[in-house]
Amino acid sequence: MAGNQINRLSGKGLVDHGKTVSFQFDGEAFSGHPGDTLASALLANGVRLVGRSFKYHRPRGILTAGSEEPNALVELRTGARREPNTRATTIELYDGLDATSQNRWPSLKLDVLSVNQLATPIFGAGFYYKTFMWPAAFWEKLYEPMIRRAAGLGYPSKLSDPDHYEKSNAFCDVLVIGSGAAGLSAALAAAKAGARVILCEEDFELGGRLLAESDEIDGKPAQEWARAAAAELESLPDCRIMRRTTVFGAYDGGVYGAVERVSDHLPVPPEHAPRQRLWRIVAKQSVVCAGGIERPILFGNNDRPGVMLAGAVRTYVNRFGVAPGRTAVVFADNHDALRTATDLAAAGVAVRAIVDPRPQASAAAEQVAGEAGALYIRGGIENVRGALGIKSVRVKDAQGGTKEFDCDLLATSGGWNPALNLTTHLGGKPAWDSALSCLVPGEDLPPGMQVAGAAAGQFSLQACLASGEAAGAEAAKHCGFSPSALRRPAPAQDRAPATPVWYVENSRGKAFVDFQNDVAVSDVKLAAREGFRVPDHVKRYTTLGMATDQGKTSNLNGAAILAEATGRYLGAVGSTTFRPPYTPVALGALAGHHRGKDFRPTRLAPSHRWAEEQGAVFVEVGAWMRALMYPKPGEAAQETVNREVSNTRTNVGVCDVSTLGKIDVQGPDAGELLNRVYINAFAKLPVGKARYGLMLREDGFAMDDGTTARLAEDHFYMTTTTANALKVSQHLEFCQQVLWPELDVQTVSATEQWAQYAVAGPKARKVIEALLDAGQDISNDAFPYMACGKFTVCGGTPARIFRLSFSGELAYEIGVPARYGDALIRAIIKAGAEHGIAPYGTEALGVMRIEKGHAAGPELNGQTTAHDLGLGKMASTKKDFIGRFMGEREALNEAGRAAMVGLKPLNPKTRIASGSHLVKRDAQATGANDEGYVTSMAYSPELETFIALAMLSNGPARMGEVVKVCDPLRGNETLAEVCSAHFVDPEGGRLRV
Amino acid sequence: MRYSLASLITNALSGNRNWKPVWREPEPKPSYDVIIVGGGGHGLSTAHYLAKEHGITNVAVIEKSYIGSGNVGRNTTIVRSNYLLPGNEPFYEWSMKLWEGLEQDINYNAMVSQRGVLNVFHSDGQRDAFVRRGNAMRFYGADAELLDKEQVRALVPFVDFDNARFPVRGGLFQPRGGTVRHDAVAWGYGRSADSRGVDIIQNCAVTGFRIENGRIVGVETEKGFIGAKKVALAVAGSSSRVAQMAGLRLPIEAHVLQAFVTEGIKPLLDTVITFGAGHFYCSQSDKGGLVFGGDIDGYNTYAQRGNLPVVEDVAEGGMALIPAIGRLRILRSWGGLLDMSMDGSPIIDKTPVDGLYFNGGWCYGGFKATPASGWCYAHLIATGEPHPYAAAYRFDRFGSGRVIDEKGMGAQPNLH
Amino acid sequence: MRINCPYCGARGLEEFTYRGDATVKRPESIEESARDAWVDYVYLRDNPAGLHKELWHHGAGCHSWLEVTRNTVTHEITAVELAAKGR
Repeated sequence: MAGNQINRLSGKGLVDHGKTVSFQFDGEAFSGHPGDTLASALLANGVRLVGRSFKYHRPRGILTAGSEEPNALVELRTGARREPNTRATTIELYDGLDATSQNRWPSLKLDVLSVNQLATPIFGAGFYYKTFMWPAAFWEKLYEPMIRRAAGLGYPSKLSDPDHYEKSNAFCDVLVIGSGAAGLSAALAAAKAGARVILCEEDFELGGRLLAESDEIDGKPAQEWARAAAAELESLPDCRIMRRTTVFGAYDGGVYGAVERVSDHLPVPPEHAPRQRLWRIVAKQSVVCAGGIERPILFGNNDRPGVMLAGAVRTYVNRFGVAPGRTAVVFADNHDALRTATDLAAAGVAVRAIVDPRPQASAAAEQVAGEAGALYIRGGIENVRGALGIKSVRVKDAQGGTKEFDCDLLATSGGWNPALNLTTHLGGKPAWDSALSCLVPGEDLPPGMQVAGAAAGQFSLQACLASGEAAGAEAAKHCGFSPSALRRPAPAQDRAPATPVWYVENSRGKAFVDFQNDVAVSDVKLAAREGFRVPDHVKRYTTLGMATDQGKTSNLNGAAILAEATGRYLGAVGSTTFRPPYTPVALGALAGHHRGKDFRPTRLAPSHRWAEEQGAVFVEVGAWMRALMYPKPGEAAQETVNREVSNTRTNVGVCDVSTLGKIDVQGPDAGELLNRVYINAFAKLPVGKARYGLMLREDGFAMDDGTTARLAEDHFYMTTTTANALKVSQHLEFCQQVLWPELDVQTVSATEQWAQYAVAGPKARKVIEALLDAGQDISNDAFPYMACGKFTVCGGTPARIFRLSFSGELAYEIGVPARYGDALIRAIIKAGAEHGIAPYGTEALGVMRIEKGHAAGPELNGQTTAHDLGLGKMASTKKDFIGRFMGEREALNEAGRAAMVGLKPLNPKTRIASGSHLVKRDAQATGANDEGYVTSMAYSPELETFIALAMLSNGPARMGEVVKVCDPLRGNETLAEVCSAHFVDPEGGRLRV
Repeated sequence: MRYSLASLITNALSGNRNWKPVWREPEPKPSYDVIIVGGGGHGLSTAHYLAKEHGITNVAVIEKSYIGSGNVGRNTTIVRSNYLLPGNEPFYEWSMKLWEGLEQDINYNAMVSQRGVLNVFHSDGQRDAFVRRGNAMRFYGADAELLDKEQVRALVPFVDFDNARFPVRGGLFQPRGGTVRHDAVAWGYGRSADSRGVDIIQNCAVTGFRIENGRIVGVETEKGFIGAKKVALAVAGSSSRVAQMAGLRLPIEAHVLQAFVTEGIKPLLDTVITFGAGHFYCSQSDKGGLVFGGDIDGYNTYAQRGNLPVVEDVAEGGMALIPAIGRLRILRSWGGLLDMSMDGSPIIDKTPVDGLYFNGGWCYGGFKATPASGWCYAHLIATGEPHPYAAAYRFDRFGSGRVIDEKGMGAQPNLH
Repeated sequence: MRINCPYCGARGLEEFTYRGDATVKRPESIEESARDAWVDYVYLRDNPAGLHKELWHHGAGCHSWLEVTRNTVTHEITAVELAAKGR
């Protein structure tokens, strides 16, 4: 079988050689060890070809050993759990892992779309903008579908994500980001000083580069030191270590976003465990120790599988015990990369040559080459052969001679860039360090942030340890702790000037800068030639840096080519902006459990269970679930509504109105406050009376309406519409706290505290009387229309009763503390049984309010005025109130404004659809003729016709006119007569009996 | 250089070495007939239409950074004309028509993709509001279709129909709506304006206005004073800052709107979709990423970045609408500064300073308005009269009450 | 962003809602002569880049309206007071 791990270095690295896990790639079975990533396991098995590039579908291998990987992207898992574009270099190997290569057809080795490569001369940067324009209609039909199918990378699952996600908050003094030499040192320094520390590490092992290098610290192997440091941190009481956790963004106020991959290293999440968890970490101080990211030197065909960053080669050798090749060439412009030759040789890999592109020969490099048994050549890589995996490289030396080396691994390094992304998330700009030839964190760091180690441009091990310790101590000090004296002095000289080489001139074939997006050196030059001269323009024109790695391995090389092409100093060219997230974050994690039924909280009225028992059909009203109707078996919806309406109008009905906003207004100035928020007067409302009120926004348009009752001299009880409860409550608080703090009044929402039911119909009084405790009188004389008062019902239960009516019938609203709501509705039904009581839902409620011409949500749409709603006469002229002045502006009082009217279809059986527009009887349905729109419609069982409310230009003056109701959206036109909106009992006699 | 199949092939054969800069990099002249402040979509389209439709070519577009660095390169690329009110719908429908002919007009492929814009609704009330809107669109000659739940399902089968907190009951669909490659709009207009003689001056911030006897005579810039007979502002989120230099106070607040893109994936979403029960709108770019956004962060800001609560809110909306996207990863988030006006609608008008014109207050609608905004602004600058399609976009509407409040939210910018 | 509520302590942005400029003052007069003052109050804003006094409502906390001084360029908050001063 395959999977004999031909490239595994026995006994080497941190993987558990004693255990074997099996996995599949493209349907083929392989094995690896616990501690492997998918990438290391594939390399161990001799698999080099892993993916295809975005545009040219070129064969690609593994470039890195970390989250910056641009090439080795796979589809991980299958079915509903399929994750496209997952980096093989960060996938922790688990038993049964199933991964598939992507962006190829029919197979990874034979990909038809690789013919795109043949067209590379035309497919240069920005070619899309110059073509596909002829003929115009072909874009959507032909070109775009073709481009879309070829683009993208992996296939998304179209099935609902079956896993769960969580969100959590954490607070600390010092957040340390990264657990390499600098991070561990920082965390130790801060935690030992007494600070509460959180240490986040994106990897599953602590140690960072310490795991990948054959370094020593304090005379011990670095990996051992890391283990000891981790153990010490674990033992400290206020230090929390979070592995598999990427801090992806810095936000205002010391808030950091992090995602913990709780179960991604398992086949499926354990029961009740989330797949991932979003952390909002609030830190007084942070220390960014995110390390560095190596950059390649670019040359022709530098994307062949087998070309790998030198640091990654060491990671595979030292951490994973894998030889990424058998015969290697090292191509680097820096001292750090020389260790690659040493480590490879020590692992038994033949190193053919160290190729050094720098102008001056390096004695150190020459010595390393000698020790590793390799040639030292000053020169560059001219070409790489081997489409599906490199077979040889051609080296051109400084004298112009060329030499071909057979090899299957080319380790390359152009130096390191600090991973400084987080330092710029709040708008800070990185600074150019001319000695190091890289961007380093700038001056304007986020408040409370320190940077240490490679992320700060402190690349040597000694500098990482020392700067980490210093930054950790400093952070603790800012939090009020007293760290002990630093143990590690900063190294005297840690700034070996770099002599960076960005790309090899005149090499053969395309030299790729952005591997995934197939952006070559020539593309950057072309963009510069066409006038795209700032990094952002180049990015947007060529897509450089827009791939899933966001340019981690390509941005600086791109900027360097741009600088050269435009004759500018690299440090002056600038960079594109680093944006969150640092590495891509699953949408599921950011959403947490807010999906499906739990997308938003569900509010249930106190009698919800009772309504369920009655077979109610519910409807979402804001956050509430309200009973829409109470159908009987075999009833059609319209029949149910007609029955509920008719029964209420002839007998008695009950409707749960608990969801209406209810606000308690108390204090000596309560009446004055209401006077200022309602257009009509409330200050002189007698105790024991309720009044309908309309409130405006300050711009003069209607905001909300409702009734407010005076329960005592200094106590009002306001109701609002269900939709606006929160808004009105906030508005009152604004008025009371901001506008008029001198008023002695307090407001508080009581929506949750009171269950409230409307009992309506000619027999309503009998029902209420049956509930009242003895000795209380609600006769018409004692308790007339718009009366209110405190009573007791059902044997001592406190109740507030309001003689209000939305339905137009004799009606009472009865409120009890919410905990009695369920009992009260059952009592009402029981008491009403002999009178034929039946519950009615919001649909019947809506019919009755339309029959009565009461404005509701569709009319109170934020675009209508008191006048438009027919309520203009209510406005007091004696007082200022919110919206009064602006409500008097000319356009709000023009005669032609659309105002509320009723409509009756000429044919009573014809629906007048809400949302239809109105034109004159003989006019066409055009914008110029538009005179208004239908807001609400219903079938009136009493009038046996469809009826509607509408906003019609100059409507109240057009009673009796026939207008055309146009619904071109659904192809309907009908004629209707303009009439009063008060369809039923316009004199209101039924209310007062 | 005109783009054609022939020019592409010719250049390919010469190794693409002969492509010329898309625009010149001129030094500013001492004075111009018109200076447009702001090299974004609106400024560049204004320059294009001034030159092409009105023959006014002695024009400079002055940009403090690189052209297209503002909102034209930061939006979610959606174009549509599904507006409700008479002040807006004809304007946006004209914009839609200009989008439809854009590429032929400017000889630049901005990838206008009329893939349809679908607004789903979740309640009868929402449906009725959409019907009112759809009928308004039809009244003004735009296209609109009301879809039932099954028709929505056919378009976007992966939407959560069965387990949603707010079930999808249907949608309002505008088939002619869609997306446009946003950067290309700036580049295409810029290239066209430049080829007609307009000077595009990048990296040149305006630092002040020179006003004599109530009349504008030029602008102070980082490159010195530049004279102008007329100066036209088109600076979106920077409107208040720039107008303040001319002593103007505006009915506008600056807010940040975040946008997001996922890693590239094979085709999933073939239309633009907006959620009706939360803040989430989404399309898939031709490159494969899902491009989406939600609500503004909601506080005054000049920082082009936002905070985590809105990121989460948008992701929640996305997961509620399309629960299959849970395993897709957000690749990048960014922010653009919105010029949020007090009634949610824009202003294209003269200012109290003679010769100084203003274009701003675009709220969420700036990108889709780009062609019509330039068209109408050029008309105003050239003729001194508002274009009929933009006749309602006046400063005095706030005093008179002729506000254009699509959402009915009143004078609070962050609610529009 | 986090706001240090005088009653509740430092709380996350998600607990608050924003209203806007705290420096605009509602005119006392409803006479026609106050027209410009009203239009200014309801519609015109300084919208500065820099320090901004603004109103936030702690709706998920104590329901206080707060006057927050915040830099609109850096988002740094330098002062938080109750809007109802002296109560």
